[in-house]
Amino acid sequence: MLAAAVSACNRHQSALAPFGEEAASTRALTIVLLVGAVVIAALVAGLMQHAIRTPGGRLTHRQGMRLVLWLGAIVPTVTLFALLAASLPLMRPAPVSAADLRVRVEGEQFWWRVAYAAPGTSPVIAANEIRLPVGRTTMFELDGGDVIHSFWIPGLAGKMDMIPGRTNTLVARPTKAGRYRGVCTEFCGLSHALMAFDVIAMEPAAFDAWLTAQRRPAPPPAGRGAALFARYGCGGCHSIRGVGPDSAIGPDLTHIGSRRTLAAGILPMTTANLAGFIRDPGSTKPGVRMPAFPHMSDADAVQIARYLEGLK
Amino acid sequence: MSASAPSSPDALYAQDRTDQNDPAIRAAQEERLRAVWKPPSGLFLRWTDVNNNRVGVWYTLTAFGFMLFAGILALIMRAQLAVPDNDLVSANTFNQLFTLHGSTMMFLFAVPMFEAVSIILLPQLLGARDLPFPRLSAFGYWSFLIGGVFVTGSIFFDAAPDGGWFMYPPLTTRTDLSGLGADIWMLGLSFIEVSSVAAAVELIVGVLKCRPPGMRLNLMPLYAWYILVVAVMILFAFPPLIAGDVLFEMERLLGWPFFDAAKGGDPLLWQHLFWIFGHPEVYIVFLPSIALFAMLIPTFAQRHLLGYPWIVLAAVGTAFLSFGLWVHHMFATGLPKISLAFFSAASEAVAIPTGVQIFAFIATLWAGKVKWATPLLYAVGSLAIFTIGGLTGVMVAVAPFDWQAHDTYFIVAHLHYVLIGGTLLPLFGGLYYYWPLVTGKKLSDRIGRSAFWVMFVGANLAFFPMHLSGLEGMPRRVFTYPAELGIGGLNLASTLGAFLFAAGVLMICIDLCLSPTRPKAARNPWHAGTLEWLAMPEDEDWGVRSVPLIESRYPIWDQPGFVQKVDEGRYFLPDAEEMRRETIITSVIDARPIQVARLGTPSVIPMITAVALGSVFILTTYHLYWWALAGAIATLACVLTWLWTGTAEIPEKPEKPIGHGITVPLYLSGPSASGWWAMFITMMADATAFSGLVFGYYFFWTIHPDFPPADMPDPGVFWPMAALGLTVIGWAATVAAREIHARGQVSAARALLVLAIAVTLASLAAGLAGPWAAGMQPKTHVYPAIVWTLAIWTSAHAGIGAICQSYTLARSLGGKMTPAYDADVRNISVYMHFLLFTAIVTYLTIGLFPLASGGAAA
Repeated sequence: MLAAAVSACNRHQSALAPFGEEAASTRALTIVLLVGAVVIAALVAGLMQHAIRTPGGRLTHRQGMRLVLWLGAIVPTVTLFALLAASLPLMRPAPVSAADLRVRVEGEQFWWRVAYAAPGTSPVIAANEIRLPVGRTTMFELDGGDVIHSFWIPGLAGKMDMIPGRTNTLVARPTKAGRYRGVCTEFCGLSHALMAFDVIAMEPAAFDAWLTAQRRPAPPPAGRGAALFARYGCGGCHSIRGVGPDSAIGPDLTHIGSRRTLAAGILPMTTANLAGFIRDPGSTKPGVRMPAFPHMSDADAVQIARYLEGLK
Repeated sequence: MSASAPSSPDALYAQDRTDQNDPAIRAAQEERLRAVWKPPSGLFLRWTDVNNNRVGVWYTLTAFGFMLFAGILALIMRAQLAVPDNDLVSANTFNQLFTLHGSTMMFLFAVPMFEAVSIILLPQLLGARDLPFPRLSAFGYWSFLIGGVFVTGSIFFDAAPDGGWFMYPPLTTRTDLSGLGADIWMLGLSFIEVSSVAAAVELIVGVLKCRPPGMRLNLMPLYAWYILVVAVMILFAFPPLIAGDVLFEMERLLGWPFFDAAKGGDPLLWQHLFWIFGHPEVYIVFLPSIALFAMLIPTFAQRHLLGYPWIVLAAVGTAFLSFGLWVHHMFATGLPKISLAFFSAASEAVAIPTGVQIFAFIATLWAGKVKWATPLLYAVGSLAIFTIGGLTGVMVAVAPFDWQAHDTYFIVAHLHYVLIGGTLLPLFGGLYYYWPLVTGKKLSDRIGRSAFWVMFVGANLAFFPMHLSGLEGMPRRVFTYPAELGIGGLNLASTLGAFLFAAGVLMICIDLCLSPTRPKAARNPWHAGTLEWLAMPEDEDWGVRSVPLIESRYPIWDQPGFVQKVDEGRYFLPDAEEMRRETIITSVIDARPIQVARLGTPSVIPMITAVALGSVFILTTYHLYWWALAGAIATLACVLTWLWTGTAEIPEKPEKPIGHGITVPLYLSGPSASGWWAMFITMMADATAFSGLVFGYYFFWTIHPDFPPADMPDPGVFWPMAALGLTVIGWAATVAAREIHARGQVSAARALLVLAIAVTLASLAAGLAGPWAAGMQPKTHVYPAIVWTLAIWTSAHAGIGAICQSYTLARSLGGKMTPAYDADVRNISVYMHFLLFTAIVTYLTIGLFPLASGGAAA
């Protein structure tokens, strides 16, 4: 039954379906640990059964104490030493060079601020989606914005906390292109469960092209949607590079239309979802910082949504 | 007043008490004992009882009730998570549910349940009539009840804490992100922590001082060993959390930025303080279950437990190690890799003493002739579940694996295997084993075994799939999960398992409810060999008929005619001639009788004191500071009344015979007295909390390149040194008063106490004068905040010191303290030693450390 349940899993957010070197070696470790645990649990259970079934007097005090010494103390000590020795190399961080891509990620209630810094260039600001080049090393620099969050892409590597006032790092190397998912794993408030992001591992050339495209500002505002965006004051929190003033309170929207999901990995990017979220984000995401616009008409919301969708 | 103690237990045993031969004499003694130990009756007065039999049962039932409550919260959560994208409860409700589920299970069930069961069992295990401080137990119970209802009741007002049981700042300290719930958690549970520490003091003194004659440390029943170990752990684990609570509430209520990174604070300080408490806590709730196994496995294996000294060493080793592993809860916080390796190793190492304990049980069952019974089924079954939890524990101790598993459902699975196998099922086993001891009746074997299998299947169905859902990407503390993850099937299985488990618990509740209709069982129905089974099926509140002489770990099996001799009053203290509640106090290591202690009688004071102290915490939650201050004054008045009327009473005669030609004093003072030990142990807890605050100061120093910050005022050298000097004088005057008083110079001692009061109060003012004169602004930065905190803590202790000194002076003036009966001045001397220690550390730190670190004073 369990096997059936697991095979039903969509494996794009799974530590057991790795697409990066770190997660792959952890999965190998997991399997060793799991097999060891099953064997030990079975032996203990069997021994307990045997101990209960055996009639009295078959085991002398001396033999009993030897059992405690060997199985209770010596065997566990040796096993644990072996385990520790085997796991120490995995604790060593992977080497990073100055030429490697750096991705700065900051957690906010309940979304992700992302900045790509390829060596020798100015950072590219994005949000709620992370793209990575396959076969290259990436170093994540993780910051806590408002409260503590934790950055976890199960298929790529282990998790790392994002703590206000500190910068943690995480080094990873994707090995397989595809679409994956990451989530926040430190309880961060009302919508902690709704704080995820898409992870897209790309072939290096495609990634470079994508990053170049992301570096470009948005086209000049045109149409009713852009006007409404300005009129409702959306630019007070959201930047659209090349359009309005810079503001870093909410997610950067310069290329929002190129993202596959909305509201930090929660809704598919459709006009209807976007329009609904603009008018009343709290119904999708309780506790969200973005205010609701109850007086905004449906038509206005759709116009704004269309404009944003066009920002590829 | 010298006790003519026996030279050896053998010599003593040789004497038989022919004076107990006459049944009429024995009947008269029983009549007196019954009258003395008669519980108060009446609608209200019955609640003023302090006897451990009664208080222990209330305590147990209340903790059991909180467990059921927290279990229902869990069922609601599992219903919400049964299918993806469910909207049975809102995110807001769900966050309250899981916060309260964890907090209640930990603070209102697991720890109090250990203390409750121990309050019932300990006197029985030790052949004592009651615990040394029955009123303290009652106070602990009422505090627990008030605090528990306050915290859990909040969910009915949609105001329950919702920051998780770990309450990580800044989410919980920022008042714009978290509401009243955070204050309810902090203050309500701080109050309960105080009562937990009170119970720990009671249990430690009970184990060390109330053992029966002859029960040297190496003859103690293992349960008593575990009580000692666990109570000592509570003593050192809870105070860092209390220190954390203090800092936390100072930030929430006053805006002192201990965890605010923008003002020099650090959220990680809370995590350290919380897990220095939180990890030992795991063993605090687990070791008592091992203790239950250690009592019932020999009974059903019908032989002595193998490897007694090994088990004791393993328990002590587990306790010791458990204080060195807290960082394994913080593997993903970005600490240096070298410290991860160290804590990874330490976390794995704790499996070794656990292995020793489990294999000692297996070897005992193997060597013995096993008599199959319901409690044993629970013991063996829970060991099986616990083993799985222990093995996944070793897995998460491996840091690279933990980086994946941390804060996912894998951990939820792991901790529930540990807690169900290591706490809950063993407790149910203990329930089936000890129910006859408390009620005189056995529970149903049929229902018990069926319930076990229902729970066993339910627990595995609920929690085994979580290992997988966690590794498949399900984080903890989520109120919902998307269907696209494909973990709906695993979650549905978990939900079904949870409800199945609940059905098993319900079966046990039904069995308990049916108990009153069943006939009394035989005395000692399991044919156990340990002392607690002296208890009679008929209710007698006197504990034991006479306090036995112990020569074996299993006296009922090994000492010929033991039960009869106890029942016929042929051992010690078979009577209550002066119509007082009494028990025997013995020496710590070898249990020689050294005193007959007069015990507290039913009184309303413990309850009133608990209400008063509770009001301080509850009113502070609602920012009603003046009312809270009134509550604090009322608490002080209650405590002083309690001490004045109920402690260190001068007896009507210096000593009394307890049988076998032994005469012991009725009053002790100094290090052999139980009161002195209680003071010493309490102050150890106090000093531990203080170390938590000092840790904070130096923690900030380690994370900041310039600490103290060069541009900030500091308290200078003069005022801290003045405060330190004054504290030293106050301490010296108190100690001198004690010595002179013992030599009979009462007037001179009183004069010295007056001096001590004045100087101690002056030290209070001088301590605060440093940061005050320097104009340190605690809201602006963490440096002034932590300096003020240390100064206030120490000054407040000086204030309490002055109250202690005044109290002692009043005792002397009121004729309640004389050179021969001087417990009061000896006890407050202990307090003064700790005050001196606190002052030295505080004033050297805030006064001289800035110079040493080349900071602001330069």
